[in-house]
Amino acid sequence: MAKFTLPKNSKVGAGKTHKAPAGAKRVKSFKIYRYDPDSGENPRLDTYEIDLAECGPMVLDALIKIKNEVDTGLTFRRSCREGVCGSCSMNIGGHNTLACLKPIEDVAGEIHIYPLPHLPVLKDLVGDLTHIYAQYQSVQPWLQTETPPPDRERLQSEAERAKLDGLWECILCFCCTTSCPSYWWQGERYLGPAVLLQAARWLNDSRDEKTGERLDQLEDPFKLYRCHTIMNCTNTCPKGLNPAKAIGEIKQMLVERR
Amino acid sequence: MTQAERPLSPHLQIYKWPLTMATSILHRGTGLALAGGTVFLVWWLVAAASGDEAYASAQWFFGSWLGLVFLFGWCFSFFFHLCNGIRHLVWDVGYGFEIDAAYRASLLVVGAAVVLTLVAFIGGVIARG
Repeated sequence: MAKFTLPKNSKVGAGKTHKAPAGAKRVKSFKIYRYDPDSGENPRLDTYEIDLAECGPMVLDALIKIKNEVDTGLTFRRSCREGVCGSCSMNIGGHNTLACLKPIEDVAGEIHIYPLPHLPVLKDLVGDLTHIYAQYQSVQPWLQTETPPPDRERLQSEAERAKLDGLWECILCFCCTTSCPSYWWQGERYLGPAVLLQAARWLNDSRDEKTGERLDQLEDPFKLYRCHTIMNCTNTCPKGLNPAKAIGEIKQMLVERR
Repeated sequence: MTQAERPLSPHLQIYKWPLTMATSILHRGTGLALAGGTVFLVWWLVAAASGDEAYASAQWFFGSWLGLVFLFGWCFSFFFHLCNGIRHLVWDVGYGFEIDAAYRASLLVVGAAVVLTLVAFIGGVIARG
């Protein structure tokens, strides 16, 4: 059952303010969600005033600057800083995106930064993705065949390969899955847009020989059909992919095989 | 540290609604309103079947300000749910998944629902005299 409010231990309280250094020229306020599992206290929203004249252009640059110079306790995931690893996904200015690809200038006024929505929080901006990873594993995202392996690679035509475009580029940042209200309310059983996009990636692979079994597994009122085409996934994808369309195509495949 | 003790990150409280999310929730809301409104339709039909006095009191309600507001809302719910339902059929056959198409369709559905509601409602009021 959908629960629209936050549980008692999750209500966000007021936090500390870290003032900009004297003589700062272009001050921008970052309001960042903080949660320390060791404190036993509720999460809070800390304010960091940063001089943009002394900071790189992206939100991730500001986070790294804060961690380096202001508050070493600030915890977040990051790795590649160029939008290929999917680690620094978070909610910035009300939308899910990658901090490394989000220019600070894109957000007017104060920038609010939260972890990806509706996840158990491990610390600060780090959400627990265990359940989503398990769901990803459940669609068996690897090539499965029945015919004996040929002496060389399994070949694809250019047209067959082109069917995977728009699917293989997903970096599993889960911006889409955690933007989806259906996933917020039914995430225990609904697979969510990222995992369904990956299911579509293997359904569309000409070399895969388990298409029927894959469709059997998805034909379920909760796993697939909790998608109501709200389109938050496609709206928010930092890689410009279209999970809503991929899910629509899976639904069509299920109709067409009857 | 058990999982149950971990806080849940904010969701509805902080997420900025894209237009397509607003029309999706409006679809759910108008669906509920239609279901609730059907009770009043049944009341009106039962009243019409049970005699002049009952029918007159139902007619009095639907002609009152409250009744008119209610009818207007029901009328809008009907047309919005109808138009957005057609949009879902278009999605079901595989069209309209691109972002700009989805935004245009959202605006089109709201616009069409408002126009149809006004036409039906004003037509109804004129016909009633």
